[in-house]
Amino acid sequence: MRVKFHQSLDELKEKLLVMAGMAEQAIQRSIEAYRTRDLSICELVFRAEPSINRLEREIDQMALDLLAMEQPMAIDLRFILSVIRINADLERVGDQAVNIAVRVREMGAFANIDLPVDIPKLASLSSAMVRKSLQAFIEGDAELAESVLRLDDEVDEMNDSAFYALSTLIKEKPELTPQSLNALIIARNLERVGDHATNIAEDVIFWVRGADVRHSNNAL
Amino acid sequence: MGVGILVEDLNAWYGTTHTLQDINLHIPANHATALIGPSGCGKSTFVRCLNRMHETNPIARATGVVKMGEIDIYNDASPVEIRRRVGMVFQRPNPFPTMSIYDNVVSGLKLNGFRNRRILDETVERSLKQAALWEEVKDDLKKKSGASLSGGQQQRMCIARALAVDPEVLLMDEPASALDPVSTSKIEDLIFQLKSQYTIVIVTHNMQQAARVAENTGFFLNGKMVEFDSTHKIFTNPRDKRTEDYITGRFG
Repeated sequence: MRVKFHQSLDELKEKLLVMAGMAEQAIQRSIEAYRTRDLSICELVFRAEPSINRLEREIDQMALDLLAMEQPMAIDLRFILSVIRINADLERVGDQAVNIAVRVREMGAFANIDLPVDIPKLASLSSAMVRKSLQAFIEGDAELAESVLRLDDEVDEMNDSAFYALSTLIKEKPELTPQSLNALIIARNLERVGDHATNIAEDVIFWVRGADVRHSNNAL
Repeated sequence: MGVGILVEDLNAWYGTTHTLQDINLHIPANHATALIGPSGCGKSTFVRCLNRMHETNPIARATGVVKMGEIDIYNDASPVEIRRRVGMVFQRPNPFPTMSIYDNVVSGLKLNGFRNRRILDETVERSLKQAALWEEVKDDLKKKSGASLSGGQQQRMCIARALAVDPEVLLMDEPASALDPVSTSKIEDLIFQLKSQYTIVIVTHNMQQAARVAENTGFFLNGKMVEFDSTHKIFTNPRDKRTEDYITGRFG
């Protein structure tokens, strides 16, 4: 039994879950900032980003050490490869939270108006995708991961609807262009969060089943 | 050129111990095939059945069919003929200590009655070049004894000795386990080059080595072959849980 190695894999998993918690929190805070227009919450998102970036480097280094020192095979090799990929996706989720917080700060300069896009609903859906994909990672549950892939279409549709509604608004009321553009970018950021959750779910399926399902729709 | 090996219902015993049970597989020609598994799993017994060395032990016996190309090695040829067709390299280099490098390499040929000096000279040069040892020893062929070489050089000399009789199959039982990393990588490079001319079967405890040199890998456990597949499949996504537990160190 390679006890030390398997303990190290457990530690790697725990570290990634800390990273996941920080990325999720960043997204939730950025949406809360959007909902309340509270710029102090944006500051919390900005301040958390260096910690996420630091943790990303630590996890990569730990994974690299395990690859070099332990020469993992089969499910262990797939696990470490998945952790490296998921780590990058979580860091990007943190970046999307920062992007949203930047837009919220921009919007603070303009009047708070009702826009024809339900950002909290889109945020709730993409956050649910992240949460589910991470739950699938925690439990090694490929079926749960598959259910995340199906949610991505819904997020994409909401983003498309937001694009249509906001571009129409810009045409009809050009004076609302700054608010509309910011909301449009936030919707796009949330759609990207959904994409990262999809990537995480695909990595879980790869880890558990050894099947690479990335871009499988393109192959059809 | 190498030949394929077809094994059907191979069983082997040491006394009353049933060491190999119902082994069936096809080892393709001109490929390197690795056999892995814990100590005592039967992989060395298996390769010893491929050149009829197993039966040299008075309490050992084997049943089943082993075909090398078209030849049924247990029915169509003598053990001596089979061992000419099947070269073997062992874990520890085993030079004949009182013989020169030259005589070590041609010992098999001389045993088979070859005396023509020109043919022997050509064979020594060809075999040592194939074993990537020629440049290191060409000036000392008859001056130095085989035992005076380093461990890695001795092992390559033993490979040259096995190649000198122009075999079709090369069996290697942990050929690099007693060597340092530099000598090990030379042996691995050699396996890579030799498989274009010979069919190679390598027993190894070093799974990274199996992954590096072999196209196919078989996993043995308790005398049975649990799984045989492409090396890529075995080391990234094996079908059998026991294979996965072994290669990921979750065994025992």
